Amino acid sequence: MKSALLKIIGGILLLAIGVYLGKTFLSSSTSETVPIPSTLKYRNVGLSSDTTQVAQKEGFTGNIIEVKKGGSIQEAVKAANPGDLIRVFPGTYSENVYIDKDNISLQGVVVKGEWPTLDGKKEINDAFLYSGNGILIENFKIINYKGNGVMGQAGNNFIIRNNWIIDTGVYGIFPQYGKNGLIEHNVLSKIADAAIYVGMCDNVDVLHNEVFDNVAGIEIENSRHCLVENNYAHNNTGGLLAFVTPGLPIKTTFDVIFRNNFVVNNNHENFGAPGSTVAGIPPGTGILIMAADDVIIENNIITGNDNTGITIVDLATGAPKANDPNSEGNPDRVVILDNIMFDNGNNPTGEIKAIMLTQMDTKGPDIFAYGGGTGSTIRDKNKYRTFGLGDYGVAQITDTKNITTFMLDAPVPPRSVSEHELGELTYYGVCAGCHAFGTRLIGVDTKIIKAIYHNNPQGIVDYITNPLNLREDYPEMPPQDYLSEEAKMAVAQYILKMTN
Amino acid sequence: MKNKNTIIKSSVFGLLLCGLLMYFFISNKSANYSDITILNSNCPPGFMLNENNECVSKNFYQQYDSPNNKGVGGLQTGLPKVRDGFTPQEIDLGRYLFFDPVLSGDGTMSCATCHVPDKGFSDGLATSIGKNNKKLDRGAPTLWNVGYLNRLFWDGRATSLEEQLEGPLFSEVEMANTPENLLSTLNNIDNYRQLFAEAYPERGKKEAIKLNEVFTALAAFQSSLVSLNSRYDRYAHGFHEALNSKEIEGMNVFRSFVARCAECHTPPLFTNQQLAVIGTPEPDGLPLDPGAEIPFNDKTLRGAFKVPSLRNIEKTAPYMHSGKFATLREAVQFYTDGRGHAVPDNENLIIHWHIWEPQLSDYEMDRLVDFLKTLTDESFTPKIPEKLPSGLKVSI
Repeated sequence: MKSALLKIIGGILLLAIGVYLGKTFLSSSTSETVPIPSTLKYRNVGLSSDTTQVAQKEGFTGNIIEVKKGGSIQEAVKAANPGDLIRVFPGTYSENVYIDKDNISLQGVVVKGEWPTLDGKKEINDAFLYSGNGILIENFKIINYKGNGVMGQAGNNFIIRNNWIIDTGVYGIFPQYGKNGLIEHNVLSKIADAAIYVGMCDNVDVLHNEVFDNVAGIEIENSRHCLVENNYAHNNTGGLLAFVTPGLPIKTTFDVIFRNNFVVNNNHENFGAPGSTVAGIPPGTGILIMAADDVIIENNIITGNDNTGITIVDLATGAPKANDPNSEGNPDRVVILDNIMFDNGNNPTGEIKAIMLTQMDTKGPDIFAYGGGTGSTIRDKNKYRTFGLGDYGVAQITDTKNITTFMLDAPVPPRSVSEHELGELTYYGVCAGCHAFGTRLIGVDTKIIKAIYHNNPQGIVDYITNPLNLREDYPEMPPQDYLSEEAKMAVAQYILKMTN
Repeated sequence: MKNKNTIIKSSVFGLLLCGLLMYFFISNKSANYSDITILNSNCPPGFMLNENNECVSKNFYQQYDSPNNKGVGGLQTGLPKVRDGFTPQEIDLGRYLFFDPVLSGDGTMSCATCHVPDKGFSDGLATSIGKNNKKLDRGAPTLWNVGYLNRLFWDGRATSLEEQLEGPLFSEVEMANTPENLLSTLNNIDNYRQLFAEAYPERGKKEAIKLNEVFTALAAFQSSLVSLNSRYDRYAHGFHEALNSKEIEGMNVFRSFVARCAECHTPPLFTNQQLAVIGTPEPDGLPLDPGAEIPFNDKTLRGAFKVPSLRNIEKTAPYMHSGKFATLREAVQFYTDGRGHAVPDNENLIIHWHIWEPQLSDYEMDRLVDFLKTLTDESFTPKIPEKLPSGLKVSI
C-alpha cells in the first residue's frame, strides 16, 4: 500500500522533474530567439518571377530600445535617435505615440500569439502620429482610438506593415503628404471611414492587406503613382476607391493601378460620419472611381457586390461639394482590363435601381459609368453587364506586367544643404533680427563680432549657446541654444567669412 | 522829416512783415517737408542682399522639400513660394508709404491704421473702422507672412499684393482715395519724389511718380513681414524642449484627425490656402456674409472664406471674418459645437467635410489654445518711421 503510494508519488515527482527539465532545456525561450528582422529592408514583390530581390532602404545603424509591459512607447521614442529600433513587447499601451524624428523603426514583438496592443479606450485620438521620414511601424495590434491607427503628416519613405487594426475611428492607416511608401500585410476592420487611406501622397504601394467591415476599404485620394495589389476587400460599404476631392492643396489623382485584388461582398451598411465624403457611398459598391484619372483596373475578382461591381462617376454625381476652380472633377482615361466579375448588382440602391429600370433591368450592372469624363477604355466590354460605357473605346494595353511597383528605387533623399548654406539660413533667418554687418541694430555690429572672434568659430558657438553680457550699452542677448550644433558652427563659420 | 520818418517806419515795418512772412513760410515749409534720411540699403531681417541689390528670402524652412512644391505638409516641410527679390530701397520706401496717412483721400488713414504692428498687423477690432468712422463688414487680416499667400482678402478675390492693396486704397468706405489724387498728392511732395527716384534709379530723377511704383513699394514692404521663428518653429526644426508637455499635447490634438485643425491650417504656414465653408456665426445683427460666393459668382461657395494662417494668431483677436469670437478658446470651441450648428435656418451652406463632431474635451481645447500661443513670433517687426515724408503724423 505504502510502497504503491510511494511509487505513485515518485512517478509524479519524476514526471514533474522531467517536465521541468524538458521545459527548461528543450523549449524555445520566447523573446531571446525572436529574430530581429532586418526592419529596414523590404521585398519588392514581383520584381521578377524567380527572385525575391531585396531593396535596401537604409543600413540599420542604431541602437535597440526595448519597451516591456507597463513601459511607455513614447518615452522610448523620446530617447531614440535616427537609426534606432524600438521593440515593443506584449502588453497594453494606452498611448498617443508621436514621432517627430527621422528614421525611427517601431516593431512589435508578438509572443505566443500575444500582441503588443495600443488601446485608445475610445478616448485617445491617434495611436501613432509621425512627421519624420523613414518611419517603420510593424506588428502592432491597435484598437479603440478616436482618430486614426497610424497617421502620417508628411514623412517620406514610410513602411506600415503586419498590423492588426480594429475600430480606430476615422481611418486605420493614413499617410498624408508622403512620398515613397509601403503599406502591406495589415488587417483592418470596423473603421468608420477608410481603413487604408492614402491622401495627397505619391509613389505608394498598398499590398496584401485584408480590409473588411469598414465604410471604405482602401482609398486613394489626391495621390499619384499608387499600386493597390493583392488585397482582400470584403464586406465594406465600398471596397476600393480612387477619388479626387476638391478644396485640397494637392488636386490630382492619376496613375493608379487596382490589380489582383479580391473585391467581394462589399455590402456593409454605411456608417460614415454625416458630411464625410464616404457617407454618400451606396452599400454594395465594389470599386468606386470618382474624378480620378488614368486608373487601371486589372485582374481583380469582383463578385457579390449588391449595387455595382465598378462605379465610375464625376464629382458632381458622386459627392457634390463646394466648387474648386482648380480641381477637375471628371474621371478621364480609366482603363478596365480583364477582371472576373459575376454576381454583382443583386440588390441595387434606389438611384441605380431607377436608372437600371429604364434599361428594363432590375439588377445593378457589373460596371456603371455616369457623368463626365473622356478617353476611357475597356479591353472586352462584352464580358460584363454594363451601363454608360457607350463611348468607351478598346483598351490600348493588355496588361501592366511591366509595372512591378510604384515605389522608388531608392529612398527620397532629404534635401541637403551645405554648411555654407546652413550658415546663411541661420544668419539671415535668425541672427539678422538683431545683427547687421557694418551697422548697429539691436545687437553688436557683425563686423565687430567677426574681428573679435577671428579664427575662433568655437568662441562664437559658445557665446551663442550661453551669452554673457559683455557690453553695458547693449541689451542682453537671449541664449540661442535651440539651434542645432551644426547650425551654430555653420553660422559661426559664416560670420567669420562675411565681407558685407 | 515827417516823410522820411514815415518811409523809415513803413520800410522797417514792411521789412519786419516780410521777415515774419518769410519766417512763417519757411518754418511752415520745414514743418511739412523735413528732410528724410536716405532709404535703407540693407535688407530687412529674413532676407539676404544679393549682387543684384535684391533681397532674397532666407529661413530654416529652406532646408526642406515640400510635397508637389505646394508648401504644405508636416513639421519639416518647405514653405510655399514667396514674393521676394525687391530692393532694400523699395522695401524701405514701402515702409514709409505704409505708415503714411497721406495715402488716403482725406489724409487721415494709413495702411497701418488697420494693420497695427503691435496688434499682429491687425487692429484688435471685430470689424474695422473705415472712412468717417464707418464700421465695415469684415475684420482686418494679419499681414504677417502675407508674401506667401496666393489669395488675399477674406473672400480670396485678389491674387497678388498689388491687386489687393488697390482695394482699401480706392474703396470709398476705406481710404477713399483715387489713383489720380494719390499720384498728384505724392508728386507734390518733394521728399517722396526724391525717395522714389532713389528707389527706382533706372528712371530719370525728375520723372513723376507712377502708380505701379507705389504699388510695388507697398508690396515689397508687406512681403518683408516674416514671422517664422516662434517656439513652435524651434520644435519643428528639432529642438523638442522648445515646447512644454501641455503645448505638445495641444500640437497633437491640433494635427490629429479628430480635431483636424492641421487639415486646413497646415504647417509650415498654418494655412493650406484654400477656401472653406465652415459656417461661423455673424455678430448680432449682421446678416450672413456670403464670402467667396460674390467674387467667384458661385453659389456653392456661399459662406466660404480663405483659410487664414494661424501664425501670430494670439495677437489678432477677435477671431473669424467678422470677429464673432473674442478669444482663442471661443474660436476653438466653435469647431466642437457641431457641424453647421450656427448656420441660420434659412441658409443651406455646403459645409466643409472636416467640420464634424470631434467632441473635444475642455482639457483638449485648453491645450489647443496653449499650442496656438506657441505660434507667436514678432522678432522681425519693422520699425515705425519717426518722421514721414509727407510731414504728417503716423496714424495708428
